[in-house]
Amino acid sequence: MADGIEADIKVMSVLAAPKARGLSLWAMLGRRLALGLVLLWAVSLVIFAGTQILPGDVATAMLGQQATPEAVASIRQELGLEQPAAVRYVKWLGGAVTGDFGRSYSNRQDIAKSIAPRLKNTLLLAAMAAVIAVPLSIGLGILSALHAGSWIDRTIGLVTLSAVSLPEFFAGYLLIAYFSVTHFWLPSSATVSDGMSLGQRFVVTLLPCLTLVLAVVGHMMRMTRVALLNVMASPYIETALLKGLPWSRIVWKHALPNAVSPIVNVVALNLAYLVVGVVVVEVIFVYPGMGQYLVDHVAKRDVPVVQAAGLVFAAIYILLNIVADMISVIANPRLRHPR
Amino acid sequence: MAELLLNVTDLEIKAGATVIVDKVSFTLEKGRVLGLIGESGAGKSTIGLASLGHARQGLRITGGRAELNGRDILKPARRDARLLAGASVTYVAQSAAAAFNPAHRLIDQVIEATLWHRLMPRAEATERAKALFALLGLPDPAHFGDRYPHQASGGQLQRAMTAMALCPNPELIVFDEPTTALDVTTQIDVLAAIKHAISKTGTAALYISHDLAVVAQVADEILVLRNGRMVERGPVEQIFRAPEEDYTKRLVSLRRAEKPSQARGGDVLLRVSGIKAGYARGVSILDDVSLDLVRGETLAVVGESGSGKSTLARVITGLLPAWSGQLQFDGTVLAPALSARNAETHRNIQIVNQIPDLALNPRQTVEAILSRPLAFYFGLKGPALRQRVATLLDQIELPSTLRDRYPAELSGGQKQRVCIARALAADPKLIICDEPTSALDPLVADGILDLLMRLQREAGTSYLFITHDLAIVRSIADSVVVMLGGKVVRSGGKADVLAPPFDPYTERLIASVPEMRPGWLDDAIAGRNRSETPKP
Repeated sequence: MADGIEADIKVMSVLAAPKARGLSLWAMLGRRLALGLVLLWAVSLVIFAGTQILPGDVATAMLGQQATPEAVASIRQELGLEQPAAVRYVKWLGGAVTGDFGRSYSNRQDIAKSIAPRLKNTLLLAAMAAVIAVPLSIGLGILSALHAGSWIDRTIGLVTLSAVSLPEFFAGYLLIAYFSVTHFWLPSSATVSDGMSLGQRFVVTLLPCLTLVLAVVGHMMRMTRVALLNVMASPYIETALLKGLPWSRIVWKHALPNAVSPIVNVVALNLAYLVVGVVVVEVIFVYPGMGQYLVDHVAKRDVPVVQAAGLVFAAIYILLNIVADMISVIANPRLRHPR
Repeated sequence: MAELLLNVTDLEIKAGATVIVDKVSFTLEKGRVLGLIGESGAGKSTIGLASLGHARQGLRITGGRAELNGRDILKPARRDARLLAGASVTYVAQSAAAAFNPAHRLIDQVIEATLWHRLMPRAEATERAKALFALLGLPDPAHFGDRYPHQASGGQLQRAMTAMALCPNPELIVFDEPTTALDVTTQIDVLAAIKHAISKTGTAALYISHDLAVVAQVADEILVLRNGRMVERGPVEQIFRAPEEDYTKRLVSLRRAEKPSQARGGDVLLRVSGIKAGYARGVSILDDVSLDLVRGETLAVVGESGSGKSTLARVITGLLPAWSGQLQFDGTVLAPALSARNAETHRNIQIVNQIPDLALNPRQTVEAILSRPLAFYFGLKGPALRQRVATLLDQIELPSTLRDRYPAELSGGQKQRVCIARALAADPKLIICDEPTSALDPLVADGILDLLMRLQREAGTSYLFITHDLAIVRSIADSVVVMLGGKVVRSGGKADVLAPPFDPYTERLIASVPEMRPGWLDDAIAGRNRSETPKP
C-alpha cells in the first residue's frame, strides 16, 4: 500500500510537471480545456460503443418475452434503432452537445430534465462528504507526518486504512445497524425532497455522507503524509529549523506550499470518486441521486439514460482533474514566474 | 586578546552507539574565523550544527558543553533558546540551491528569521537585506530579492544565503562548505564576497570545508579534524609553514606529481568531428565540437558545469545520438545511437561515472557486478570467471575478501575502484571518466588517479577524462580540450594549452584554481583587478 502511494506521487509529480515551458497560465488552461474536450469526445465514443454491445434488446426488454415480432419491429422503428449505429451516434452526440440527451426509453421523459435534480442531490452529498473529508484527512496527514513512526502515526494509519478496506456496502450497513437500528439516532434511508430545509437534509444525509468519508479519508491522508514527509526531508526545511522557527510555522509556511501538488491531485481523484463512485452508497441509503438513477435504468436496458449518466460522470471527472492540474501549476512558482 | 565568543569543551556526539564527534574542544573569539577542515565523516558539519544547538536526525549530543557568550547552547535556558539559532548564530548551507525554499521569494526568506525573532521592523530588515545584497555584489540589489530561487544562479544563491545569514546581525555564522558545489570560476567570486562581508560586518565565523586551499583564504585559524577527533589546531600561517601532525602534513603537501606531457600525435583512436547535439528540440548543448584522442593517451576535457562536458560523453557512448557530425573510433565510423552499434563497440567504450553510489546496483555484490561484463562479453564461467574477478580486484588494489560485499559496505573510494574494475572487465580500448574523483576526499581522489595512471601504463588504455579541476589536468593529461558553452575554445597538448598566451576564458579558469597557500585569494583578486582596470 505504502509503495503504491509512493509510486502515485512520482506519477503525479510527472503529470503536474511543466510540459510546456513558457506558456502563460491562460494558454495552459485553454490547452487543458481543449484536451479535456477531446478526451470527453473519446469517452463518448467508448460509452456509445459500450452500450451498443450490451447484451439484450430494448424492445424485447420493454415488451417482454412474449412480444410479437411485429410489435418489436414497430418499437425499434419508433426509437430509431433500425438506423445504422454511426448515424445514431452522430444524432446522439449532436443532441448531447446542446444539452439534449433525448428521451428515456422506459418512461418517455426528457432525460436532461430528470437528471438535473438528481445531479444536484449527488453533488450536494459529495460536497458534504468533501467538506468533512478533505480537511479531516489533510489534518490527520499533517499530524501523522509530524509524528512519523510514533503511536499517533500508527493509530491514524491503522484506523484510516481499516476504514478504506471496508467495502462501502458493509460500512454503510454497519453505520445503519449502529445509528439507526440500535440507537434510532439517524434515519436509515436518506430520502430527501425539495421542501426540506438544509438542516433537515443534513440530518437525513449524514449516514451516507459518513460512509463516503470513511471510504476516501484513508487515501488522502496517506498521500498528505507521504508528500509532507518527502518535503520535510529537504534541505530547506533544515534551513527553516536553523532559523529558530517553530514547527507550526515550518509546516504551514515551508512544507505545505511545496506539497500542494501531490495533495491536490489525490484530493481531486477522491472528489471525483465521491461524485462518480456514490452508486453503491446511494442504493444502500435509497438516496435519489445520479447513482440510483443509473442503476435503475441499467436494469431496464434504458440505453439513452445510461449514456447520458456516463457522459456526465466523465465530464465531472475530467473537469476535477483539470482543476487539480491548474492548482498544481499555480502553486509552482517555476511556472508562475518563468526565468 | 579579543573577547571569547564560542567555547566548546569535550563535545561528544553519537549516532546510536557510534561516536561521530569525540571529545572536541575549541574556542573562538569575537570577529575571528575558524576553519574546520577534514574529509567526509570527520564530523565537521555535525560540530557546525551543534554550534546552533541542532543535531541531525539520528544523532545525539551525549556529552560536553558549548557556550556562546557564556550562555549554554546545548541545553539553553528557555529565555535564551529563542534568540539562539536564527538570531545569534546563523547557518550557510553547502547547496543554497536546495537550502532555499522554492515556494517563496528570496527577500521573504532572507528577512524571515530577523522578523520572527523581532530583531527589527520589516522596513528596516528589508533595507538591511538590500544593503547586504549590495555588499555581496549581487546584481540589482534593490530588486534582487523579488526573485524566486529558480530565477537566480548557484553562485548568486550562495551569496543570497550569506546575506540571509548576516541579516539578523548574528554574532556567529556557520559556513558549511559554502563553495563546494560551485565551479572554480564562480567559487572565487563567492569566496571573495564572503570574505569581504565577514570583514565588513565583523561577524565571527566557523568555516567548514574539505578543501584546505579554500579555508586558508578565509580563516584566521584552522582546526584539522579526522574521524571525529581533533588532529591539530593553529593559526593558518603555522599550519602551512610548520604542520606538526603527519595527517596535516599530507593535506598541506598534497601536490600531485605532474605527468610529463607526451602528446606525440600519431594513431588517432577517437576522432570527434563537428558534433552538434542537444536534448530539447532546437536547443543545442554541443555546437560543432571536434577533438582527437590519440591511442594510449589521456585527453582531458575541461569546463564549468553547463559547458557540455558530460553531454559529450553521452554522445560518444551513443546514449545521446548526435544531430550532426561524425564519430570515428579505431578507424571506423560509429553509428550515432547506442542501439545501432554492435557488442564489440559497446565493449570497447566503457564509462566511469562521477558518483559511484548511483552507478553500482545496491542489490548486487562486488563479485556479481564484476562478473556480469566478463560473462556477457567473454562468456566466462565457473573457476575461470572467479579467477578473472580475483585478478581484477588485484588490479584495482582491493583485497579479494571484498568480493562478497555489497556497495553499501564499501567506502566511497572503494566503490569508485569497483566502477573502474567493471570498466576494465570489458578490456576496452577507451574509458570515459566523467569527473570520477570530484565526489571523493582529496587523499582518496589522489589514490584513484594514481590507479588510473598505473592501469594506463600497464594496459595502454586511452582515457577521455572529464573534469573541472585543472590540478588533475596537470597531473594526468597528455592533451587538453577546454569547453565553454558547448564549444571548444582551446585544445592541444597540455604544455601548450596551459601556457600563455591564453584566451580570456582559459586565463580566468587558471587564475581561479585555489592555490595551497594563504593569501592566494587576495593576490588573485588583485591580479584580476589589475588586468581589468587598464581599459579606460
